[in-house]
Amino acid sequence: MLTNRSKLVVNKKMTFAEKIYLPALLSGVAITIRHLFRKGATVRYPETKRPIAEIWRGQHVLKRDDKGAERCTACGLCAVACPAEAITMTAAERKKGEENLYREEKYAAKYEINMLRCIFCGLCEEACPKEAIFLTDRIVSTDYGRGEFIYGKDKLVEKVDERIDVTKRQTQNVLEFKQQKRLSHNK
Amino acid sequence: MAKVTIDGIEVEVADGTTILNAARQIGGEVVPPAMCYYSSLKDTGGKCRVCLVKVTQGSAKDPRPMPKLVASCRTPVMDGMVVQNITSPEVLEARKGVVEFLLLNHPLDCPVCDQAGECDLQNLSYEHGVGKTRYEEDRRTFEKIDIGDKIKLHMTRCILCYRCTFVADQLTQERVHGVLNRGDASEISTYIEKAVDNDFSGNMIDVCPVGALTDKTFRFKSRVWFTKPLDAHRDCDKCCGKVVLWTKGDDVLRVSARKDQYNEVKEYICNECRYDHKDMKDWTIEGPRHIDRHSVISQNHYEKIDMQKLKLDIDRQLTFQKGKQLPETTNP
Repeated sequence: MLTNRSKLVVNKKMTFAEKIYLPALLSGVAITIRHLFRKGATVRYPETKRPIAEIWRGQHVLKRDDKGAERCTACGLCAVACPAEAITMTAAERKKGEENLYREEKYAAKYEINMLRCIFCGLCEEACPKEAIFLTDRIVSTDYGRGEFIYGKDKLVEKVDERIDVTKRQTQNVLEFKQQKRLSHNK
Repeated sequence: MAKVTIDGIEVEVADGTTILNAARQIGGEVVPPAMCYYSSLKDTGGKCRVCLVKVTQGSAKDPRPMPKLVASCRTPVMDGMVVQNITSPEVLEARKGVVEFLLLNHPLDCPVCDQAGECDLQNLSYEHGVGKTRYEEDRRTFEKIDIGDKIKLHMTRCILCYRCTFVADQLTQERVHGVLNRGDASEISTYIEKAVDNDFSGNMIDVCPVGALTDKTFRFKSRVWFTKPLDAHRDCDKCCGKVVLWTKGDDVLRVSARKDQYNEVKEYICNECRYDHKDMKDWTIEGPRHIDRHSVISQNHYEKIDMQKLKLDIDRQLTFQKGKQLPETTNP
């Protein structure tokens, strides 16, 4: 009584129609049949896919530059910007003869994103001074164990012959920055 | 004793004190930044021009203002002197220009540089600089040089503050490096790249305000904001043995001397402490190092709050806020 939600139980006698249950049953079946001919609420993924926004934030990519050298210099700004602390990295020094592999004298020897931690906010991309990390419209695939969700460089760095288009995610500011040819890393 | 007023705050200091040190006795926001002056090294200062201030009244006897902005690290105070630092737009404008000059030839390689996160030039340009450069020429470039097997010299990053040569002059027996050439072409170098090899040479790394002289044993090991700084000490017969350990997990990545609030070392450490004891077992850990909460290093850094120090900071801030209102009321 305190919550005013208690209901009084009434032991009302059912009528004959209610007793045989058939009308209630039939009305239930009618609802089911009506729904059979309606358009379904689900799609048959992966054969059909729902439309997504052009700037969808999905699985990350570590870009290479025009010559195929990795852009990431392991500066750690993405990791420090990451609110979920999903990114870890180890830096290494580029040796002589590796200039075509890495753009700067320092590079990420190990670069890992924990996709279970990642909240796909895109702050890493915003923090990146080298235009190395971008979020793409790819969806992170499912897997069986937790370990498989820690994506290393093998999954993150784009292949030289299979470039990933990120033009839609490059903002006006980024493009303007890129046009400043006097900055040596844009040359 | 001389009475000076800096940004509306009066302070009494000993005769012969420089304006910069008088401001440091007040503390807080009125302290001019300094890139070349170093309190524990003699004769430093006067080179970077970052600490420029305006003297609106020379002294009580001669109240004329000084004709130009003066370098506060080299100008001694006079009784009755009135100085403007951050309350003068002229000073801030000049400082902005100085920072732009310092950054003319400074490369944009903070993402690669080991000093990033504890760099005086980074802090300075963040506070006083402009976001864009107007310089279109090519920056001067130099090859990287190994000074000995422990120090790496990136001459491209150097701002020619001369602190490292003063370290060599005053802390070590024989100076083997100096500044060669003049003007735009001047560079720090050792004669015929002779290795700097004596017990206190490692302190050059700590006094360098930029990333020109960096620890080779720490090179690219970790960004400084991913490490945990701990105060530690050990018995050392050569130096005081009081250091900061920059650790990650149980690994000691780097050992450096303790810097005060102006990023200056008061007690130098020897090379043995710096390079040869990178093991937690060699040290007595005192606790987490105090890191300014505005620093990027304070991320994920926890320490015990010193209530007395906190109260001092708050009191100083309150006096400063009161002082800021003074000039407005006197000159309507």
